[in-house]
Amino acid sequence: MLSRVAENIYWLARYVERAENTARLVRVNSHLVLDTPSGIAPGWEPLVDITGLRSQFEAVEREPNERNVVRFLIGDMHNSGSILSSLAAARENCRTVREVLPRSSWEKLNELFLFAKENIQSGLTKGGRDDFLEGIISGSQHITGLLGSAMYRDEAWHFARIGRNLERADMTTRIIDVRSTDLFPDDMLESRSLDTLQWISVLRSMSGYQIYRRHVAIRVSRTDVLEFLFRDPLFPRSFMHCIDAVDQSIDGLDNTGPALRSIRALKRRLRDTSVGELSQAELHDFIDQLQLGIIDLHAALAEAYFPPAIQLEEAG
Amino acid sequence: MPIQLTEYDPGRFFDEMMAGKNRARPLAKELIGLFRRMNDGELGTRQDAADLAIKEMGITFTVYNENDGMIDRNWPFDIVPRIIDTKEWDVIEAGLKQRVRALNLFIDDLYHDQKIIKDGVFPAEVLAESKNFRAQCVGVKPPLGIWAHICGSDLVRDADGVMYVLEDNLRVPSGVSYMLENRLVTKRVFPELFESYAPLPVDDYPTQLYEMLAALSPRSVKRPTVAVLTPGIYNSAYFEHAYLAMEMGAELVEGRDLFVDTDDCVYMRTVSGLQRVDVIYRRIDDEFIDPEVFREDSALGVPGLMRAWKARKVGLANAPGAGVADDKVVYAFVPEIIRYYLDEEPGIPNVPTYRCMYPEERQYVLDHLEELVIKPANESGGYGMLIGPRSTKAERSTFAGLIKRNPRNYIAQPTLGISTVPTVVGHCLEPRHVDLRPFILSGSDIFVTTGGLTRVALRKGSLVVNSSQGGGSKDTWIVDTGN
Repeated sequence: MLSRVAENIYWLARYVERAENTARLVRVNSHLVLDTPSGIAPGWEPLVDITGLRSQFEAVEREPNERNVVRFLIGDMHNSGSILSSLAAARENCRTVREVLPRSSWEKLNELFLFAKENIQSGLTKGGRDDFLEGIISGSQHITGLLGSAMYRDEAWHFARIGRNLERADMTTRIIDVRSTDLFPDDMLESRSLDTLQWISVLRSMSGYQIYRRHVAIRVSRTDVLEFLFRDPLFPRSFMHCIDAVDQSIDGLDNTGPALRSIRALKRRLRDTSVGELSQAELHDFIDQLQLGIIDLHAALAEAYFPPAIQLEEAG
Repeated sequence: MPIQLTEYDPGRFFDEMMAGKNRARPLAKELIGLFRRMNDGELGTRQDAADLAIKEMGITFTVYNENDGMIDRNWPFDIVPRIIDTKEWDVIEAGLKQRVRALNLFIDDLYHDQKIIKDGVFPAEVLAESKNFRAQCVGVKPPLGIWAHICGSDLVRDADGVMYVLEDNLRVPSGVSYMLENRLVTKRVFPELFESYAPLPVDDYPTQLYEMLAALSPRSVKRPTVAVLTPGIYNSAYFEHAYLAMEMGAELVEGRDLFVDTDDCVYMRTVSGLQRVDVIYRRIDDEFIDPEVFREDSALGVPGLMRAWKARKVGLANAPGAGVADDKVVYAFVPEIIRYYLDEEPGIPNVPTYRCMYPEERQYVLDHLEELVIKPANESGGYGMLIGPRSTKAERSTFAGLIKRNPRNYIAQPTLGISTVPTVVGHCLEPRHVDLRPFILSGSDIFVTTGGLTRVALRKGSLVVNSSQGGGSKDTWIVDTGN
C-alpha cells in the first residue's frame, strides 16, 4: 500500500473520530454547566485549553463565553479542530482514497459534512445544540460502523483503526481533563454530591455509564471511574482499550520497531500508575504525559510509514 | 401520445439515424420503432433512470469553480445510442491502425535520422517551430520503437456523409472510462434493444491496456508493477485515472509517491518500504513529468524520471516527446506521412487542410477566406481563429495580413457540417451534433476500441462537444446489420 494512501486513511479516521469526540466534549460540558449551581460553574473557558487550541481561539474570539467557545468548537472554519473543519478535512482525505474504501463511505461522509454545514446555525442555538451534536455523533458512528463491517482487513483497515483509536485515546484523556481542573473548594458542603453528578456526566458522555454500573460498581466514585476510563481493557473508549487496538494493528504491519517501542512505553506508564489515587494536579500532569506519548507514537508512525514530503500535523 | 418524429429535421446536416423526417435509416429502424411505441412520459422516465444510474455509479467529471472550489459533476449522458454498421466500422478501424502505425514511425524517425525531412516530404521549418518536439528525446529508443501507445483520434462526419479525422490526440487523451461506463448505463436503460441489436462488446479495453503496458516492463517478471500517474484530484480526468487504475488492478500514484534512486530505477513509497515500479501510464503532460529535465517548478512530476526512462529502467506510456505528432500543422501532413512510411493511401481522409506556407495553397486561402476556418498552428482551445462565414470584412483583412506576414503559422480548413444524432430534449427527440473518439493502443499489436466515445453537443445548434462546455456523451454501438 502506498504511504500517501496509508496516511490519508489514517487522517480520515482520525478526523471523523475527532468530530465525534468534539461533539461529545461540548455535550458533556453543556450538561456539566446545567448540573452545577450558577456562580461556581466552571464555564466554557477550560474547553479551549483542553482541546489545545488557545492560540487559535485568541486569534478569532475575544470573550471565552458559552456562545464564542461553542461556535469556535463546532463551526469555526478558522479552527482546524472544529467539528466542521474536521469533517471537511476528513472529506478531503477520503476523496483521494475512494478506491480503497467501501463505496458508500464517501457518500456518507459527504452527507455528514453537508449536514454539519447546513445545520450549523441551529447548532449554535441553545435549543438546537443537542440535536446538532447528536447528528454529528450518530453520523460519525455510521461511518465508523461502515468501515468496520465492510473493510477488508488489510493494511488500509489497520491504518484506519490506528487513526481512530489514537484519536479516541487522546480525546478520552481530554474529556477526563475537563474534570481535572479544581472546580470546587473542598470545604463546600455540596461538593461531594456535585462531584458524583459530574463523574456520571463524564461517563455518560462516553456512553459508559451503564457499563460502569454493570461491571464496575453501583456507586460512582472518582477512583473507580478513573481506573475504568484509563485502564479497563474491555471498555471501548478506555485509554487502555484504544492503545491495545493500536498495538494489535501495528503488529499487522511491516517495519514495526520504533512504533512498537513507543507504544510499549506508553502502556508501561499506564500500567505503573495508580490513576485512581492521583490528586487533581498529579492527574493533570499524568494526562499531559499520556498526550505526549500519543504525539511520540504518531511521530514514530509517520517516520515509518508516511511520505516524507508532507509537513505533518501534530496530534492534538 | 407516442413520440413523433414527423418534425425531426437535421437540416443540411447528415443525420446518423434518420434519412429524413420520420424516416429511419435501416440500421436504426428498430430503435426508432421503439421510440414510436413509447408514450410521452416514457422517454423522460428512461432518461431519468439513466441519470440516476450515473449518480449511483458515481460517474463524474471534475470542474473547478472559484466560489465552490472543486465540484464533482455527474457525467452528462444521452440515452439514445449512436449506431454504426460493422461494414463501415471495419474500414474505419483499419484506417485508424494504419494512421497510428505511420504516426509512430514518423515520431521515431524525427528523434533519429529524420529521413522524412531529408527526403523533402516534411519541412524542417515545421519541426523547428513545433512546440511539442523534445530535444531531450533525440536518440532514445523506446521498446518496439513505439512512442504513442495510447492515441485518441477524433472523427467527424461531414454533410456529404464522409467520415474524416479531425485530429489525433497523442499526449494524454481521455474519455475511455466514459465509453465503458456509458455501455453499462445503456444496458440498464434499454435491455430490450440489446437482444435484437447485439452491439459488439467494449469491455475488453482495460485488459488490452494492461497487457500493452505490462509488455513495456524492463524486467521479465510474471506480474510487473504498473502504475497510473495522475496529477491528482483537482484534474478534470481524475475519475478516469482512478477508474483505469482500479480496472487494471494497477496502483494510482501521484508524483510525490514516486522516487528515482541512484540506480535509475523508479520506486514507490509504500508502508512496507520502497517498491520498484516497472511501467508508468502517465496522465501528466511532458512539461511536468520531470523537473530535472522540463519545468523546474513542476510539483506534479518525478525528479529523475527521464533518466530512468532513457536508461530503460522503466516503461513510460506515452513516451515523452510523442506529442510532436499532435499538432495542427503536422496533422496537415498525415496523408503524406502515411504514403511515405507505408506506401499506402490513407484509409480515412483528413479534413482538407490548406497550408499557408505553400504559395498555391496560400493563394487559395486568401481567395476563399469567407468560406474557411483559419487556425494558427501553435494555439489551442480556439484562440486566434477566424471562422470565415461568421467573420466581418475587417477581420478577414486583418487575417489576410497575418497570413502574409507569417504564412507558416497558419492552416485553413473548410467549415464542416458535422453530423447529428437524435437526442432527448424534454419529451422529444431533436438532432444534436456529434463526434467520435476511438482509442487506439499500440504495442506488439494494434488494438482499436469497438466504436469509441461519442460526444454530443447538447445545446441546440452548438458544435462544442466538450463536457466542461455543455457537451455530453452517448453510447456507441457497432452493429452487424447483415446489410
